[in-house]
Amino acid sequence: MEILLFDKIFLIVIVFAVSLVIALYSTLAERKVSAFLQDRIGPNRAGTFGLLQPVADGVKFFFKEDIIPSHADKALYILGPSISMITALMTSAVIPWGTYITFSGRQVAMQIADINIGILYVFAVVSIGVYGIMIGGWGSNNKFSLLGALRASSQMISYEIAMGLSIISIVMMTGSMSLGEIVSQQHGMDWNIFYQPVGFLIFCTCAFAECNRTPFDLPECEAELVGGYHTEYSSMKLGLYLFSEYINIFISSAIMSAMFFGGYNFPFMDQIASPNLVSIIGVFVFFAKIIFFIFFFMWVRWTIPRFRYDQLMKLGWKYLIPLALANIVITGTVMLIKYQFFN
Amino acid sequence: MNETSEMLNPYFPIGMQFMVALGFVMISLLTSWFLNPKINTKNKLDVFESGIPYVGNARMQFSIKYFLVATLFVLFDVEVIFFYPWAVNFKDFAREMGINGFLKMLLFMSTLFIGFIYVIKKKALDWE
Repeated sequence: MEILLFDKIFLIVIVFAVSLVIALYSTLAERKVSAFLQDRIGPNRAGTFGLLQPVADGVKFFFKEDIIPSHADKALYILGPSISMITALMTSAVIPWGTYITFSGRQVAMQIADINIGILYVFAVVSIGVYGIMIGGWGSNNKFSLLGALRASSQMISYEIAMGLSIISIVMMTGSMSLGEIVSQQHGMDWNIFYQPVGFLIFCTCAFAECNRTPFDLPECEAELVGGYHTEYSSMKLGLYLFSEYINIFISSAIMSAMFFGGYNFPFMDQIASPNLVSIIGVFVFFAKIIFFIFFFMWVRWTIPRFRYDQLMKLGWKYLIPLALANIVITGTVMLIKYQFFN
Repeated sequence: MNETSEMLNPYFPIGMQFMVALGFVMISLLTSWFLNPKINTKNKLDVFESGIPYVGNARMQFSIKYFLVATLFVLFDVEVIFFYPWAVNFKDFAREMGINGFLKMLLFMSTLFIGFIYVIKKKALDWE
């Protein structure tokens, strides 16, 4: 019991550190990628290639003056960014980072909590994340913040329906809601993307909307709303909001690669004899997929312009929801034919 | 695996992760609170409204559409949740019950879809 508890604490600390470091360096990567796509150099003053830039930014956040506007609701104003950050950090608990590592005769699972409702847990935590933005925007008592928060929450809840529907076809194929089970069934090259390309497209679009990323970044579109829901925020509270956005990108990349791109599975993994080697390579493969998706998020941001709000709502409700329902019906029909006539 | 793994509730690590996340947020907020300067003036603490003096309360009336979307979300999300238990068992349904298990779900899905068509026909989702 103590050993197992120790394993879990160790794993939690590692996952924490990794997600924070990746989120930190995503901020640098974003600026470097945007510079690359726009034929600029990007930050290169702090450290070689600007590698110390995220550290400098983080330190600066700590030393900046923390303003709580006199009209703001103080408790809600502090609660908003805290909820955003906590929910962003909580989702990583159910992601299977690898299979098992065996040392000194014990098998250590590389997943913090293999609960049987993994996907529902992710949805539940993501839904609480809406409160973070809504409470922050309401508590600021600023018109821009309130409008940004309204836009953010109604956009996030709209896309959550299509997101939930797009996962159902995966759950039907797998017969389980546990992320560990879903990933282990995509052994080798048997990835879900080959069976559910439409589901992936819907899920990917919704993930962009849930993270408030371009082309769905209306909650904070600077041309209309100054900074959106975090207009009044400064210092580390602003830092928590911005940081949670990057952690969310990391987590959604991880979930996308786990559910559709096989997670830690890679081709020809059965030909490697040592199971420990397989799981270590698996972790690296998983992170390679995650980093590709993080790059994809940035690539899209600097390529596609922002939607108008009515277009955004139209896409979410009128196209993605019927498409996801059709995907469920088609998946069901194909599975029925397969199990009735070819088994 | 072994008997120790059965002793640990799978939700327990999630609780631990919550404590770590809470600790991280509290420590970072407190650190920045102790480190940063506090020079407050009235103008600085005023509501930001693009540099001009602010007008009225921010919590004014907003478009009913946002409320409508929130209500529709509650309705549809509950219906989506009902899909999950069926989807988890669908493999067994397809194997043993044949078309029966699928047709009943199609019935439920069509009621959802009729409601969806109604919402669209009532122009509840038109933002123009």
